[in-house]
Amino acid sequence: MHTDIRIQTQDFDIAAEWAACRERCGGDCGAIVAFGGLVRDRFGDNTVQALHLEHYPGMTEDSIRRIVEQAGERWRLLNVVVVHRVGDLAANEQIVLVLAASGHRPDAFAACEFIMDYLKTDAVFWKKERRQDGDVWIESTASDRNRRESWGEVTEPTNT
Amino acid sequence: MTALTVRFFASLRETVGFGEFDIEVDPPTLAGLRSALATKLTAEQFRAIDVADVRIAVNQAIVQGETPLRPGDEVAFLPRVTGG
Repeated sequence: MHTDIRIQTQDFDIAAEWAACRERCGGDCGAIVAFGGLVRDRFGDNTVQALHLEHYPGMTEDSIRRIVEQAGERWRLLNVVVVHRVGDLAANEQIVLVLAASGHRPDAFAACEFIMDYLKTDAVFWKKERRQDGDVWIESTASDRNRRESWGEVTEPTNT
Repeated sequence: MTALTVRFFASLRETVGFGEFDIEVDPPTLAGLRSALATKLTAEQFRAIDVADVRIAVNQAIVQGETPLRPGDEVAFLPRVTGG
């Protein structure tokens, strides 16, 4: 399984990432599932003007690599791409891309969802919401944690 | 004395007022580092880093309990992560 994990401030081009992933997989690949995450303008009852994401260079990439490796143990994957942005992001901007490529679609669908569910709770990122009434550091939501738990315990959480 | 680099992230960086600084500790353990930080930081800043919710990473690996430290080690104080 080839993996490509990148943390960057700049935006990404899904079409270009898809083309590169498809190129790497070659003829064995029957399915690429893509997930693109966007910054929402609401969090609960609060209007969010922007998000600020902070990471720990090195440790953050390692935390994502561990999640991708676990996906690789559960499903037959040819290529996984994770691109995650950090810094200041306005509402509606792209924040994360996950591509999971496999010979057949069930593995690609499941792995993509698994990786996103783990990213939402275990990846080493800190998010601050810029709201009208000030900036607030936020925690992962209960629904995100429940989704992660639904996959069963497969890893030591990075930060609980 | 053992020279270390200490890093603080997110809300802790804001509370402490620094993202990173070098500090000398004796003995070279997390307990030694805590006592060095207790004198360097204000009481309010120290309370923020000295809670169970805050995880500690030595050279980017989470540690639990006491651990020996070597010269040049990077010790990071990490608030609970939000995830991606």
